[in-house]
Amino acid sequence: MRLRTLAAAGTAFVAVVLGGLYAWTRPEAIAPAAGPQRPPSPAVLAAGARVVALGDCMVCHTAPDGPAYAGGLGLKTPFGIIYSTNITPDPETGIGRWTSAAFRRALREGVARDGHLLYPAFPYIHYTRMSDEDIELAYAWLMSRPPVRVKQPDNDLAFPLNFRPLLAFWNALYLRPGDGAAPGTGQVERGRYLVDTLGHCASCHSGMNVLGGERSPAFQGGTVDGWHAPALTRLAQGSAPWTRAELADYLQGGLALAHGAAKGPMRPVTERLAGVPRADVEAMAAYLMTIQQPAAAAAVPAAAHTGTPGAALFAAACAGCHAPAAPMMRLGGRPGLDRSSAVLGDDPSNFIQTVLHGIPWERPAPGGAAAAYMPPFADVLSDAQVAELAAWVRSGAGRPAWPGVAAASAKQRKEMQP
Amino acid sequence: MTKIEVNGRAHELRADPATPLLYVLRNELNLNGAKFGCGMGQCGACTVQLDGKPVFSCVTPLAACAGRKVRTVEGLGSAARPGKLQAAFIEHQAAQCGYCIAGMIVRAQALLDKVPHPTDEQIRRHMEPNLCRCGTHHRILAAIRAAAGEPA
Repeated sequence: MRLRTLAAAGTAFVAVVLGGLYAWTRPEAIAPAAGPQRPPSPAVLAAGARVVALGDCMVCHTAPDGPAYAGGLGLKTPFGIIYSTNITPDPETGIGRWTSAAFRRALREGVARDGHLLYPAFPYIHYTRMSDEDIELAYAWLMSRPPVRVKQPDNDLAFPLNFRPLLAFWNALYLRPGDGAAPGTGQVERGRYLVDTLGHCASCHSGMNVLGGERSPAFQGGTVDGWHAPALTRLAQGSAPWTRAELADYLQGGLALAHGAAKGPMRPVTERLAGVPRADVEAMAAYLMTIQQPAAAAAVPAAAHTGTPGAALFAAACAGCHAPAAPMMRLGGRPGLDRSSAVLGDDPSNFIQTVLHGIPWERPAPGGAAAAYMPPFADVLSDAQVAELAAWVRSGAGRPAWPGVAAASAKQRKEMQP
Repeated sequence: MTKIEVNGRAHELRADPATPLLYVLRNELNLNGAKFGCGMGQCGACTVQLDGKPVFSCVTPLAACAGRKVRTVEGLGSAARPGKLQAAFIEHQAAQCGYCIAGMIVRAQALLDKVPHPTDEQIRRHMEPNLCRCGTHHRILAAIRAAAGEPA
């Protein structure tokens, strides 16, 4: 009896403390905007479009085949599915009632206009350092978009993660609010701002810890949607080091002739960057070259051997495009697989993804990513054969076979096939 | 020796396992329905079914077919007794030059086997990998709709 009373009292105490914390931490709502804003000048709109492209807002805030910026893309996180929100200026379902102060607070602190805390899938821990000027420009441009009325699905998160006030603890750990100052001048400083703040590259390229925070030090590589986002600090080493010009080409065109094409979640990023001035991607490349680490020990080359099952599979399935004599190589100037980042990397995910699912045909963005297409082989090759093929292609690049390819292929097949 | 089943018949093939399935079908088994188009898995003229899924036979290694079931356009009916989908293609005169048609029919059949009454959107999405250079897509869509019992 006494135990039960104690337990009840304890539960009540915890509830009161949590409730109190909730009331204490919940930010105030910001009053809705009074009415339609005055339309901004064409110069402001152009500058705003550039900020939004560099911030990659569209990549998450647009569902496949959905209207631009109306949200609804399901972001698969280890904690459940989070659906991106509608950031068109629709008053009911979008941000039509948001003032620029509410928009600024969302980017700086991860708080919605009505005061609820936003999930960190929205990269406010990076946007927080945006300059006041860039936030205003992005706001002006987004508010000039056509409003789309669409209610996006509710997030699919398990308790207690669906209890948003808990995010206050996460924010205490990971959010370092910025002060709105303009970024430093000079190419490298501009690049740092574009990579670290606006482009939030670390969101994918740093990987996540168990709390969903980004791993530190930054840019050591991560996994997103079954793709490996390579380490950004080891680009200039190995047998196919990236140069600054190649990085700029890749960021803006989706293709570096010496390394391969942008695939998976990186592809839409390069499509957005197709529309920004060349100086911006050159600044990003310049900054990325400053964070390169010295090379580790060289990989031990493996002897290539013919007559393996992988060699036979390659001859029939791949050689038509990827053999040195293939027209795509000789006339199209495509890189040999022995230089491909997906082949040379330490993680087989991107090789497996590309073999299983290919590169879907997409109309090239104007002035941007060159058309890159590859047929899928998921219905052709078994997991064991994907592993045999991987071993053959790796040996051709002078690298030892990856371990566990067949198991990884089976796992990716399960996750990606509808 | 590679054992495969084609249109319900078992075969043991001596061909190099590195041979693309398309060459085996055309040159060894005299099944000339599937065509060589681009040789790079980009046009779909060579489409056949492997365990019920449409694949580009020009980039499908024989080694990958061991112990599996292949179905070609010849497996869906004959000139004398065309299958339902083939009859619909004839009725709607879906062929202009006809080079892509075997691949089109085999791919469409894979959809109808899985989804007997597909929506127009499902048909368009499913057929997207196969190209018709003559431009008879409207008739091809009409034939698929008719075979599915939908208004053409």
